[in-house]
Amino acid sequence: MKYVDTNQVQKKMTSRLLTNRIAKTLFLLATLFGLLVLVVLIYRVVAQSLGWIDFDFLNNRLSTNAERAGIKGAIMGTLWLMLVVAPVTLILGVGTAIYLEEYAKKGRLQAFIQMNISNLAGVPSIVFGILGLTIFVRGLNLGAVVLAGGFTMALLVLPVVVVASQEAIRAVPQFLREASYGMGATKWQTIKNVVLPAALPGILTGVILALSRAIGETAPLVVIGIPAFIIPLPEGLLDKFTVMPLQIYYWTIDSALVDEYANLAAATIVVLLLVLFIMNSIAVLIRNKFQRRF
Amino acid sequence: MVVSTYSENKTAEESSDHMSANKGSKKSLAYQTKDLNLWYGTDHALKNINLDINEREVTAIIGPSGCGKSTFIKTLNRMVELIPVVKISGDILYRERSILDKSYKVEDLRTNVGMVFQKPNPFPKSIYENIAYGPKIHGIRNKKVLDEIVEKSLRGAAIWDEVKDRLNENAYGLSGGQQQRLCIARCLAIEPDVILMDEPTSALDPISTLKVEQLVQELKKEYSIIIVTHNMQQAARISDKTAFFLNGEVVEFDDTNKIFSTPSDQRTEDYITGRFG
Repeated sequence: MKYVDTNQVQKKMTSRLLTNRIAKTLFLLATLFGLLVLVVLIYRVVAQSLGWIDFDFLNNRLSTNAERAGIKGAIMGTLWLMLVVAPVTLILGVGTAIYLEEYAKKGRLQAFIQMNISNLAGVPSIVFGILGLTIFVRGLNLGAVVLAGGFTMALLVLPVVVVASQEAIRAVPQFLREASYGMGATKWQTIKNVVLPAALPGILTGVILALSRAIGETAPLVVIGIPAFIIPLPEGLLDKFTVMPLQIYYWTIDSALVDEYANLAAATIVVLLLVLFIMNSIAVLIRNKFQRRF
Repeated sequence: MVVSTYSENKTAEESSDHMSANKGSKKSLAYQTKDLNLWYGTDHALKNINLDINEREVTAIIGPSGCGKSTFIKTLNRMVELIPVVKISGDILYRERSILDKSYKVEDLRTNVGMVFQKPNPFPKSIYENIAYGPKIHGIRNKKVLDEIVEKSLRGAAIWDEVKDRLNENAYGLSGGQQQRLCIARCLAIEPDVILMDEPTSALDPISTLKVEQLVQELKKEYSIIIVTHNMQQAARISDKTAFFLNGEVVEFDDTNKIFSTPSDQRTEDYITGRFG
């Protein structure tokens, strides 16, 4: 006796195929929805910024006069911020990753640190702002300067760098370490000459992605008190500064007063998005170029 | 100073010329293990190993998978310590000094005892840099000296003619067999006394295997070689002494000729005649 009734199968066939097609359509729509919102967003922003992005906009200082206002200050502020964030995260992040992967004994302490790094990555950015305000701005009495903002941002993106570096270090095959140890190399010589060079592309990818997150973050800087309006360009680590996302924030708020500020905000968003797009592309390029070498 | 082993070459070759089983007793010992036991956690991997390993000979370690032969060879340069749950008791003497002694620096030991691994593991660097790696970590910076070491090591591993025109190319461009001989050359560059080989031909084709085997025959004139192999014909072809491991114990350790013609233990005979394994 056959368990599968051919007639029964035939009867159900049409509805099964229909359900199949509906499922496919639903998932396609879900994907398109996100895509559509993104397209609308970019279209609106680009449309609003049209005619506002030119050399003067990039090269002028801030001004209350919308026609003359530029974002050179915000661009310089972002650059100065990165000048602090990049080395601090690189040194602390890679150092932590090396310790956890190469030195720390796999045990409770290591697991505890690991768990807390993951937790740290989930802490809302505004909380880091409060931390920065307490320690760097008020505690060390730095004020809302580049150094204080940079340290705050560095702490914020540190978990990203640590985790990315850990993954990169873990991906270095054990047989390369063995080859080095086998010749009498010390642990540090092995790390310096074998592990880090092999892990570098992965580490750099992580650092660039972390920096691009730092470039786009706003909340922590609002909390530590970056001024809404600042004309002088930052010239050192102890100067007051502003950054692009904050400029966008304040112009958007003030667009209720001056209509053109909305265009300025849109123009700044386009510049910021371009910068982020370029940085992420570099990260992807590095990743693809060095992927799977072993 | 660095390229000093050549001066000792002659004596090495002379002694190996009329080397025979009964003259082996005149050689001094490279290694001696005394009641060596090793545990991975609760897994008793090596049980009461007592072996005397002569210098300037090829000592083969054979046995079925999981019998502890790889563990044993990795214990000889303390590479086994990379696994965190390892516990060792007993003693291992290298040149009459205990390597398990806390005062024995593992870096020092591994400078005297080189290792060639199962899978060729060159660094993702140029051929030149692969060979120069060992000397460099031991502080040799002089370019001329490094050049000489690179050439001498590559010649020593019988691969110089194949790579001399592309020393600056990445080692990953070499074939598997060439990579393994490169790894042997890299090992020679630190001028070791003993070379440990952990199934060095298991990932190679027959022709590359033959080349490595011929190389081992050359190298034993200058170096003491301990080779783990799961290939019994290989052990019979290239070794002077053979140790048969089973379940973490040494069943039999004797001249290779004897092991393969008249083994004294039934289990050895069963293994080498292919009744199990």
